[in-house]
Amino acid sequence: MIDSLSLDPTVVAVILAMAAVTYATKASGLWAVGRVDLSERMEAGIDVLPGAVIVSFVAPALANGGVPEWVAAAATLATARKTGNLLASLAVGVGVVLAFRNVL
Amino acid sequence: MSEGDASAEQRDAAETAATDPDSDAQSVTFTAAGFRQGFLAGVPVAIGVAGYGVVFGVVASRAGLSVAEAALMSATVLAGAAQLVAVELWADPIPAVAVVTTTAVVNLRYVLMGAALRPWFRELTPGQAYSSVFFFADENWALTMASFRDGDTQGAYLLGSGVVLWLLWIAATVVGATAGDLVGDPAQYGLDFAVTAIFLTLAAGFWQGRESLRPWIAAASVAVAANALLPGQWYIIGGALAGAAVEIATHESEGPTEVTAGD
Repeated sequence: MIDSLSLDPTVVAVILAMAAVTYATKASGLWAVGRVDLSERMEAGIDVLPGAVIVSFVAPALANGGVPEWVAAAATLATARKTGNLLASLAVGVGVVLAFRNVL
Repeated sequence: MSEGDASAEQRDAAETAATDPDSDAQSVTFTAAGFRQGFLAGVPVAIGVAGYGVVFGVVASRAGLSVAEAALMSATVLAGAAQLVAVELWADPIPAVAVVTTTAVVNLRYVLMGAALRPWFRELTPGQAYSSVFFFADENWALTMASFRDGDTQGAYLLGSGVVLWLLWIAATVVGATAGDLVGDPAQYGLDFAVTAIFLTLAAGFWQGRESLRPWIAAASVAVAANALLPGQWYIIGGALAGAAVEIATHESEGPTEVTAGD
């Protein structure tokens, strides 16, 4: 078990680099408008990035899974769409995957 | 991102006889009262976001981050989706380039969101504006834009709502990371599926209706193929860029009368 107060120098460096690029994205919108003109098309492309990252992350995991994972994924999405509540969809997803694995 | 524009402009026009939204922002102030107003408005939102913070803490702890490291990430990065993706990429040794690049890609949307703040924020001093944007995240950005569009001129609203979000985000991370240390083998409880469930829930939040379908199919296809063919985690960025490329290639201009449900 890791000491909860430990700060590994490499980890800290990576975290600060993440913080720097994140701050750069947050600040550059203020800075860039009027200086850089993005087309609507370009903006639409940037707009889909976060969703596309998440999808890219999940798709291989689901493709490598089986029926329990697919059914649980559908249940998770349905709950997320209906409630918008992370803990609810998390509980449903994990519950369904567990039930299916134990039944099949 | 244009919902409410028309009605807000009509109201503003009636009040100030100005039709250029930029000129409505002349009187933006940066006061303790504005900070307080934002802080209070941010409390319920921050409590909702805290659920994600706990989950992030657990995932970070499982990925091998200490409580202090997870808290440091929440305190300095303050971007939920990017943090969750980053700790999922975590390994020993840390794939630093992939982690930082993916963080930037997930957060590129902030460039557009920050740009939307500019009509009001250009009235602030650079110090006020550039310290405020550190504290902006999806949720308090939406609150702030709604407040500005209602004609409010509290420049400190973003900072106030951001600080309460930031405080709860860090506290929730510490709770989750501490709890994560105590959980045993996750597969035993089906918790190996938890990360997939978290990301599916995030995806549902980013879903923008049918227009998301094409880029998402492209992203999923390229990610699955790249995952089979390429080493490491590059399938994530490959899939994401494919999704953006498809959107850029096929984007249809939206009509000016388009009305979407508020978020």
